[in-house]
Amino acid sequence: MSELTDDLLQAFSYLTKRASRDWPAFDCPPEHLIEFLQALRQEYGYDFLTDVTAIDWYEESPRFVVVYHLFSTQQARYIRVATPCLDDNEPSVPTVSGIWPTADWHERETYDMFGIQFEGHPDLRRILMWEEYPYFPLRKEFPLAGHEVDLPAEDIAERTGVKAQPAPMMGGPFHSGQTGPMSRREPRADDESWTEVKRRPEELDSFDQPREFRESARREQ
Amino acid sequence: MAIKEVSIGDISARGAAAEQEFQGEHLVVNMGPSHPATHGVLRLKLELDGETVTKCEPVVGYLHRGDEKIAENMTYNQFVPYTDRLDYLGPIHNNVTFAMAVEKLAGLEVPPRCQAIRLLCCELARVQSHLLGVGVYAMDCGSITAFMYTFTEREKIYSLLEQLCGARFTTSYTRIGGLQRDIPDGWLGNVRKVVDEMEPVLDELDALITRNRIFYDRTVGLGVISKEDAIAYGLTGPNLRGSGVALDLRKDDPYLGYENYEFDVPIGSTGDCYDRWLVRMVELRESLKIIKQVIDSMPDGPWYAEEAKKIFAPRKDKVMTSMEELIQNFMIVTEGPQIPEGEVYFEAENPKGLLGFYIVSKGGGVPYRMKIRSPSFCNLSILPKLVPGHMVADIPVILGSFDFVMGECDR
Repeated sequence: MSELTDDLLQAFSYLTKRASRDWPAFDCPPEHLIEFLQALRQEYGYDFLTDVTAIDWYEESPRFVVVYHLFSTQQARYIRVATPCLDDNEPSVPTVSGIWPTADWHERETYDMFGIQFEGHPDLRRILMWEEYPYFPLRKEFPLAGHEVDLPAEDIAERTGVKAQPAPMMGGPFHSGQTGPMSRREPRADDESWTEVKRRPEELDSFDQPREFRESARREQ
Repeated sequence: MAIKEVSIGDISARGAAAEQEFQGEHLVVNMGPSHPATHGVLRLKLELDGETVTKCEPVVGYLHRGDEKIAENMTYNQFVPYTDRLDYLGPIHNNVTFAMAVEKLAGLEVPPRCQAIRLLCCELARVQSHLLGVGVYAMDCGSITAFMYTFTEREKIYSLLEQLCGARFTTSYTRIGGLQRDIPDGWLGNVRKVVDEMEPVLDELDALITRNRIFYDRTVGLGVISKEDAIAYGLTGPNLRGSGVALDLRKDDPYLGYENYEFDVPIGSTGDCYDRWLVRMVELRESLKIIKQVIDSMPDGPWYAEEAKKIFAPRKDKVMTSMEELIQNFMIVTEGPQIPEGEVYFEAENPKGLLGFYIVSKGGGVPYRMKIRSPSFCNLSILPKLVPGHMVADIPVILGSFDFVMGECDR
């Protein structure tokens, strides 16, 4: 296993070794990512992309690191490649969906959860959360219990005594009613004031956008 | 008075003009999210030209519960019940895969008896999942009888799991570093009885469905996935093997001691729906074969890692009588199993495909980041490529052949 590591470190001078407890792992700068993954696929037999995901290191820089796990179907071994997003505020890395079509959905999910842009992705939309959900949920600053405000939601303040504003839920999440005909049992949003057909009202755009919230969270610190 | 003459030719010309006008007009139809053929809450946006699908866009996420976020906010053992809800048709395998991923991060080896029990559970889960998979698939193709046969057998596995851990459905059987408890007395005999009873049922199922002319005509040559596509789209499990790729981690990168047992890995030749069915049917028999071997060679000894004092809670009787064990128990319950810093990726061959856990730890009892690589999510991503060109009525047959679970796809 260490032979492969040495080989790769020699062949690709821009790589650095990454601490790992299992498989060979490398840090690769984003500008060489496509080149390196192509080489792994064509010359080293890593033909199977099992996973694309990201880590949010929150207070460190680079804040977002995108992690790829490749698998070789011939030799049954893995390799981990991590690439940092150079800009902490508008993170982006090049897409690999041109090499492996499976990356299409993985990258959509990573965008959905972390807000990382994949340059050149054919159809970068949310996939698990609904469109126009105001947060990127797996970012570390996501307000799990809502965030504190001066004018809290009355029902929550009454129930919990906490001055918190919950994350807006318009357009989702989706529930299906238990009774009635099949047509009414389709899962639908609690609040249907905006849907796929009826777009999100513009005045909401100024409210709770992820970036603004992030900046205000940083200011408070 | 003038009479206007209408000739037959005029009418047909008008008909042709109307046909011209509507020719090539595409109709967008929603299939799902609650549709019996979508096995959960999968929604397909279909664009149709007559009966033929020209475009298919899967919409997933209706069952998204944020499992990865939940995992960041609780200890490793607390997350075990959440893994039940991933692939809820073979939950005990998810428990085992998760526990093994964390143990890999901790560099912890569990004793042979624990491994054998886990392996037995994995194969029971595979049988459980495939029985439902084939039964429901037969139902998708129009045969309700086969489902009754397979579900009767599946029910027996529920009873076995109830004897094992007290829960029929959501098992939560593993702990980091061991199991919830040892197997009860006489349980292995019960497993053998169920396995022996199951074999004739599989023969009957083969006679009913596998050589059935109607089923054959319905599935052969439908939904063909080439080897290259299967790899490019990240398909795993029976769907990948149905396309002729011999990738099974139980053979290729054995864990839990799979290398000690004798079994074959079936692969398909054409990659159509029928091949995927055949792979599942053969895998059922192979799993039964493995289960019998495990029962015959079940090792004795401890069923949890005794030396891992900061990971696996001590026995209850010791907690009540000894100070050190009481403290140890308290620390594990309140702060979680102490796992070192680092990152690790572990995948196991789940019934639906490769279930992977990527865990990043900063040390302590809570993961910093945990990504779940779910096989159903990747398997479904091939639909936009696969479905166009097929008829609407073929879609339930194609979907059923994938045997996916939305709980796992949406996490």
